[in-house]
Amino acid sequence: MLLTAPIIISFLTAIACFLARHDRVAQRWLSLLGSIALLIASFLLAAEVIRHGPIAAAMGGWLPPFGIVLVADLFAVSMVVISAIIAVTTTIYSFGEVTDGEERFGFHTLLHSLLAGGCGAFLTGDIFNLYVWFEVMLIASFGLLILGGRKEQIDGAVKYVVLNLISTIAFLTGIGLIYGATGTLNMAELRDAIPAIENDTVVLTTAVIFLFGFGVKAALFPVFFWLPASYHTPAVVVSSLFTALMTKVGVYALIRFFTLMYDTQMPQMQTMLLIIAAFTMVVGVLGAAAQNSIRRILAFHSVSQIGYILLGLAIFTPLALVGAIFFIIHHIVVKANLFLVGGVMTRLTGSEDLAKIGGLWRRTPWLAVLFLLPALSLAGLPPFFGFWAKLVVIQASFEADAYLYGFIALFVGLLTMYSMSKIWMEGFWKAHPNPSGAAALSLSRNELALLVAPIVLLTVATTALGLFASPFFDIAVQAAAQLTETDAYVRAVLGTLP
Amino acid sequence: MTAVASTERPAASGAAERVWRLFPALLSASAFLWFLTFLPVIGAGEVVRVAWPWVPGMGIELSFLIDGLALVFALLITGIGALVLLYTASYFATHPGLWRLLILLGLFELSMLGVVLADNLILMFVFWELTTVTSFLLVGFDHEKADARAKALQALLVTLAGGLALLAGILLLGILTGTFEASALSAHSELIQDSGFYVVIVVLVLLGCFTKSAQFPFHFWLPNAMAAPTPVSAYLHSATMVKAGVYLMARLNPSLGGTDLWFWTLVLFGGVTAVLASVWALRQTDLKLALAYTTVMALGALTMMIGIGHDYALAAASAFLVVHALYKAALFLTIGILDKKAGTREVDQLGGLGRKMWATWLVAALAGLSMAGLPPFFGFISKELLYEAVVTAPAVPILVVVFAFSASAMMVAVAAAVAVKPFVGAPTKAAEKAGEPPFGMWIGPAILAGLGLVLGVLPAFTGSFFVLPTALSIAGQPVEAKVALWHGINLPLILSILTIATGVVIYLKLSAIRGALAGAEARGIWDAERGYDWSLANLKRFAAWQTDAIQTGRVTDYIFWTTASLGALLWWAIVAGGFIGVPALQALPLIEWAILGLIAFASIAVAVTHSRLIAIVGLGVVGIAIAGIFVLYGAIDVAMTQLLVETLFVVIVVVALLKLPRLRTAFAHWQKGPRWGHATLSAVVGAGVTVALLAVLETDLDRRITTFFEQESAPSAFGRNVVNVILVDFRALDTFGELAVVVIAALGAYALLRLKAERPEPKGDAR
Repeated sequence: MLLTAPIIISFLTAIACFLARHDRVAQRWLSLLGSIALLIASFLLAAEVIRHGPIAAAMGGWLPPFGIVLVADLFAVSMVVISAIIAVTTTIYSFGEVTDGEERFGFHTLLHSLLAGGCGAFLTGDIFNLYVWFEVMLIASFGLLILGGRKEQIDGAVKYVVLNLISTIAFLTGIGLIYGATGTLNMAELRDAIPAIENDTVVLTTAVIFLFGFGVKAALFPVFFWLPASYHTPAVVVSSLFTALMTKVGVYALIRFFTLMYDTQMPQMQTMLLIIAAFTMVVGVLGAAAQNSIRRILAFHSVSQIGYILLGLAIFTPLALVGAIFFIIHHIVVKANLFLVGGVMTRLTGSEDLAKIGGLWRRTPWLAVLFLLPALSLAGLPPFFGFWAKLVVIQASFEADAYLYGFIALFVGLLTMYSMSKIWMEGFWKAHPNPSGAAALSLSRNELALLVAPIVLLTVATTALGLFASPFFDIAVQAAAQLTETDAYVRAVLGTLP
Repeated sequence: MTAVASTERPAASGAAERVWRLFPALLSASAFLWFLTFLPVIGAGEVVRVAWPWVPGMGIELSFLIDGLALVFALLITGIGALVLLYTASYFATHPGLWRLLILLGLFELSMLGVVLADNLILMFVFWELTTVTSFLLVGFDHEKADARAKALQALLVTLAGGLALLAGILLLGILTGTFEASALSAHSELIQDSGFYVVIVVLVLLGCFTKSAQFPFHFWLPNAMAAPTPVSAYLHSATMVKAGVYLMARLNPSLGGTDLWFWTLVLFGGVTAVLASVWALRQTDLKLALAYTTVMALGALTMMIGIGHDYALAAASAFLVVHALYKAALFLTIGILDKKAGTREVDQLGGLGRKMWATWLVAALAGLSMAGLPPFFGFISKELLYEAVVTAPAVPILVVVFAFSASAMMVAVAAAVAVKPFVGAPTKAAEKAGEPPFGMWIGPAILAGLGLVLGVLPAFTGSFFVLPTALSIAGQPVEAKVALWHGINLPLILSILTIATGVVIYLKLSAIRGALAGAEARGIWDAERGYDWSLANLKRFAAWQTDAIQTGRVTDYIFWTTASLGALLWWAIVAGGFIGVPALQALPLIEWAILGLIAFASIAVAVTHSRLIAIVGLGVVGIAIAGIFVLYGAIDVAMTQLLVETLFVVIVVVALLKLPRLRTAFAHWQKGPRWGHATLSAVVGAGVTVALLAVLETDLDRRITTFFEQESAPSAFGRNVVNVILVDFRALDTFGELAVVVIAALGAYALLRLKAERPEPKGDAR
């Protein structure tokens, strides 16, 4: 059962890691094997979907709409594959960073539980089941946030969990309302059931409740507070994992709901989404420009990238959706990587505070290159993948006559470059304010290999995706086509079209 | 390139390494020779184009095209590149960053070649941005100086901003015409120029070109980029990269040019840039800066020529392009020699070097004569073409003649200041320790300066192989222009003689002029850089203000605004959905009114109280009252669950209360008095949800699934308790997930309680 494999593998790995928690070596091997197994399973699933189009499976044999279905279309499997890649990089990097105590107290179990929740959220075809996976992710991420027990972490975690609970409650309320109005929780059925609702208020209120619920998860303006409050507090590898997965699940749900079930083309809805996207892009990047420590810059900047993705969704042409998908993949690969690089920078200089670090261009030019390439990609500079993501979104906005938003997106790219240049100039170019102190900080060969291998992997990925963009563009076009032409999805779930 | 790892080793590390460091120059020279083989084909007026698919789905090809314009640029890039790389290997012979420099220069050379060879404009843009990035890294080569960093950032931001405008322009062109190939665009020139987008496209494209090629008012970054090492300035910021903007204007001239808008914009911006830059070149006492301003002047003149756009103007642009690259790179490299050997670039501290450095003087003199435009140098031919072009300009010839004449005259003076002043007169203190440079540093500028003479005495060769094919590419059609040393006694020749005479006069009065200009500078004339500083400073200020305002660090603020967003969205949806009708509620029995009253009372108590205990109890009352409603409607199992949860909640929170500090003592910002704002917000959101619920209740309830569960639970799932069957069978996956949540929560709580912090606590405020 290929569709359940990602979820089952992750949960099994979580359990195995828990049982092996007193044996550090065994636990690490299990964790790594689990991530690799997840990667293989996700590739197999992706191959299946590429070959056959969307596929679905009814859990427990209860056919839809009565039971729960899992569904995989190209968009969903892309998310699963990229999550699995991040699982591998996270696992390897964690060996070089996470402490013995954190491993004994469940780091790997929490990591794989989070992955299970993520895969479940990407693959489910049932809105209440989606809520359940959101909860799994929320609680596992909370565990990862507080693991280590520093005051700063707990402060961040409280803000994180309180605000996310508000979103979850809203989401649950929305589910209740829409179930009351349509009598079904199955997404494929809801495609036809929601437009059939005669009362516009029901459609619009549930739409905005879902927009709010997922918007908080995705860290849209003006409900992104939890992200800059928490992302810089846990272990670096956790920041990297969160930036790759947490907001993306929110964005994924937004795209799923507003392509399959709700119509973004309702004129007021589209205008609102465009405005939210613009503010998210601008406020996020300005927030990054105002920060002075590595992870705070990177975290705040994530907000602005979500704006680009929402812009793609709001414009809603096939090309714009390609842009949104590109941007999701791009941001996961690049931002997760930059967090990891930031972690190595901190280890080599003794601080994340830009005022207290420096000298890395001279000392470790290889690290400078490994920072520079993803940073350029992040700013949308060619020939990296970020360039294509930006290009597609902007071209789509121009083609849709949304010129203002295209120009905002361009301008935000410039400000992104500015925020990245802060890290470059302070961390790499400037001399270290305390050179002798910094020279004492070094990493063992082993640690270095574990920390740098995932960075190299992700850097190669963003460069290769940029240089050989064509096959990925074609896949994204198909994925976008499946999002706009939903018949194949519905047929896979229900067997027939209603 | 294993060199990345070895950059920190001292550069002088053995004979093998000393040979290897010449390798980049050799590579570049081979490329130069390869491009030379295209001369006969291109001289015959043909073009060579190759293309491979890249992202066909977006209409983007890896397409390259060599025509006259591209070939001239390619030869300049590879030829000057080879000599600069050679020079660098000698100039930085003992510098630990030598390999880093060579690699960056090599990367830049490849990117720059890409710009001029790419036919697809998106591909061209890819290389364009790469030149921006490599330029940034090269300007900041001396990266431990804050000043070098700031100037590198300035060059980066100014050119990137222009680059983004350019990208927008290219996208609009592509959307309008359906192609990104520059060679195919000219066929659509009517479509482009008649469309409503023409003005926007021109503005966007020119923003890109003007920033890259340092046109007024974006010129300021270029002199600042002189923070880079001298070979870098010679190569990027004089001979090649800064001409990328000029190149693109030339490349797009057949598609965008020929209109009044094109003419006036290019002529005015180019002319003003040329004149102002030459004035400012006179002001400089640092010879490198003086040369930097003359580069700005040259770029302005080239822009003006493309704007004028008739045959002679384009021929003049083509000739000036080559001649400027040759003499300017030679002079920059010579300044580098002076800097290295005499220890200064300040004009006042240099003098009398001629005797000790006659070979260097020879180079400077050859290049300077070409720059001043004396016969038989190529510079003379180029200036004759320039004057021929301006006196025949289709509009405002007087104005462009004034632009061209004053700029050229001042060039003569600067040429003299660079090529004459340091070598004559009484030897200064700096001259005492001076001496000839090593061969590797001398040969590059010598070849470049010599070429200025060779190309000058072979005007027929130069004309048919370089000038006319280039002009053809810019015009998009064959160009008629006479390239020769002697045109007879005509207006251009008279202008030339006057230019030199005026230039000499200016040179003789240079110190007085400098003094006057220094006064003007102090009063802040045409200080466009201030615009950049102002924007950057205000951007930072605004970003900081905005972030402080939004990310206050107080979770109560976050909750308030998050909830307020929900309320705003809900009411917007209710108004937009047009649901106003209040449903006819059935008459409620007294008991329900009582429960409602209890809920209302408890809610108000929560909002107004200062006591945590009362707030908790209030919430508990609300929960129990809701359980009461469940009981009334027959949902006994739900009511029981609710009661259990509420009881546990109150008990646990009250236990936790014992450990918590008093509100007002713990939180300085704790608001006194009832929190009416919070209460109102809660009421607004609650009312919104209620209205949404009422709207849902108006629709017919679809009981398909409920019916199925009731019917099938016993026969198919073998369970009589429907709720149980739903939990463990129909929707078992949900239950599985929720169980996982409970287990993970326990795990997290255990870690929180038992795991002591193993990492240092960072300082700083929590946001």
